[in-house]
Amino acid sequence: MTFSLPGGNSIEALKDVSLDLAEGELMSVLGPSGCGKTTLLNIVAGFLAPTGGQVILNGQEVTGPGPERGMVFQQGALFEWMTVRKNVGFGPAMKGVAAPKIKQRVDELLEIVGLHDFGEKAVYELSGGMQQRVALARCLANDPDVILMDEPLGALDALTREKMQGLVLKLWKETGKTIILITHSVEEALLLGERLLVMAPRPGRIHKEYRLPFAEMGVATDLRDVKKRQDYGDKREEILEMIWEMEEEIMGRKE
Amino acid sequence: MLILAIYVSIFAVAYGLYGLVAGRMVSRDGITARKTVTFGDESAVTPNRAASVISIVAIFLIWGAFTNSKITPVHVPGPFVGDTSFTYTATNPQNQSDDATVYIRVRPVGEETKKPDISNKPQTGFAKDDAMKVGAWRSGLIRAQNNDEGGKVKGYRVTAINGQPIAPKQSVEVADGVVNMTAKGSLSFVPDKGWQMEPIWLPSPEAVVSRFIEISRDGYQNVTLLENVGWSLFRVIVGFILGSVVGIPLGYAMGLNNWFRGWFDPIVEFMRPIPPLALIPLIIIWFGIWEQGKISLLFLAALWIMTISSRAGVSGVNIAKVHAAYSLGASKFQILVHVIIPNSLPEIFTGARVAMGVCWGTVVAAELVAAEKGAGKMIIAASKFQQTDIVIMGIILIGVIGYGIDILMRMAEKTLVPWKGKS
Repeated sequence: MTFSLPGGNSIEALKDVSLDLAEGELMSVLGPSGCGKTTLLNIVAGFLAPTGGQVILNGQEVTGPGPERGMVFQQGALFEWMTVRKNVGFGPAMKGVAAPKIKQRVDELLEIVGLHDFGEKAVYELSGGMQQRVALARCLANDPDVILMDEPLGALDALTREKMQGLVLKLWKETGKTIILITHSVEEALLLGERLLVMAPRPGRIHKEYRLPFAEMGVATDLRDVKKRQDYGDKREEILEMIWEMEEEIMGRKE
Repeated sequence: MLILAIYVSIFAVAYGLYGLVAGRMVSRDGITARKTVTFGDESAVTPNRAASVISIVAIFLIWGAFTNSKITPVHVPGPFVGDTSFTYTATNPQNQSDDATVYIRVRPVGEETKKPDISNKPQTGFAKDDAMKVGAWRSGLIRAQNNDEGGKVKGYRVTAINGQPIAPKQSVEVADGVVNMTAKGSLSFVPDKGWQMEPIWLPSPEAVVSRFIEISRDGYQNVTLLENVGWSLFRVIVGFILGSVVGIPLGYAMGLNNWFRGWFDPIVEFMRPIPPLALIPLIIIWFGIWEQGKISLLFLAALWIMTISSRAGVSGVNIAKVHAAYSLGASKFQILVHVIIPNSLPEIFTGARVAMGVCWGTVVAAELVAAEKGAGKMIIAASKFQQTDIVIMGIILIGVIGYGIDILMRMAEKTLVPWKGKS
């Protein structure tokens, strides 16, 4: 993926990024700012057409956005002119699903994300954490094959964030969806990544890939217990070290 | 200047008094009351409703005080009304002098009166007494020597007023007025004007109210008040609706399509800064002075505002929302209906409020130029007959209606787009 810059220059946002994702996998993508995480996600979502290469889902090439790839954005991107219920039911309603069926599905989902009493509220009356729950439910309502999350918990405070991490893990396990999650938090990447992709900038590329046990553990036990583990701490230090090196490299180059 | 000084002093005194009284009464509860930094904190500044009330009362007080109104207990000095007199000294060609008195009756505006009766005054010498009447705020001319013995002889002249020498083009202050001598030697008496305004310049508040009652009952020039205001409103609403019907889709097209944006950008950007009033002459030439012309003008006034606001509404859609809708499987048409249009509604409402305000101003101006019925027509017709009370009544009415329109639009906005500013 190469972007043209004004002034005739171009920047290689992504180079030789190649990976396979099996069904039901939870992959988190981590990297310093400017490493092309969001560009990668936008290409997978179909919002950007790659300058080279292709994205294949279920044997079909991705050419644009579609309902089989659900998105959860950092700021929710909810429709504030609709109630919570209408937001969650947006996808099925666009498909023309019958109203009673939508209602039943929405009720189920609101139950799952813990918002069953908030269906008739306006979204702007909800807190940030609740809004992200709505965004998750809205995405699930469409029953996508892949869920793409672009720093979905980035705008939340630390406590809400921890709660939401548990919710994401729970949903992943219960629904068996394939999830790609972009984050800039090392902890989150470790906890929510069955696979963890560390990316490096200039050009954006895959630096290292891990397979981690913590997501599975987190499903069964308390996330805080997972965080206390020795191997979790070691991994966190290792990855932090790696990212700091990259950051320093960027700074050095700039001067 | 005097009025401004009075107004400023009322402002200052009311502020001081309010501080003294309310400073003790207002409870010190609530978060705002506990804030120590209020200067520069916008959220801590709310309109003081007591100040609003005092402000309106002050305006009416000043208005009443300067127009001898019944609603105010105190008034500034009015014009002199009643009987007064001055004496003049006449000198004949033989250099003999004699005194006589001019009796003057000053009548209030709008009343008839007779000259003072001087038949019982004893007349001595060759100079004889005179009588005259004059209206308040007016002046009266009198050739005092005309009835004097030998007064028409060349060289007979008035040389002093109340003992003070006077010559042509000079003036002497007397009780309750000023005596001027014209170049030809006549006297003119100007009674004291006082500080009050003549009704023809500024009628008193109750005169305006009673005129309002009269006009709303009987109409003005065979057109009822309701008809006048109704026609103005009708033109505004029709022009605004036509402008919105064309402008909003045009704005959407400009926000969604390169070709439309490129095609209409120069036109919109050129037309936007032209005040609608500047178009009146051209509109009259093209469409005439009747309804077609006025509605075309208001259409043009509303069109560009609505186009620009709906274009801004489309441009203001957060791209994440559009992306989200696409990812949820919405088609282009569904995105337009369910995402772009609702998202642009707050902007469109803001534009509609501006457009209604501009249209209301424009319709009044257009009616001032030419109209058969309408609020603007009523005040321009009244001004030609110097019916200042109708003019002021019309202006107040226009202001109240304009304010009412804005309040209605704001209420509509609150119910229809409750999510405004909350994304």
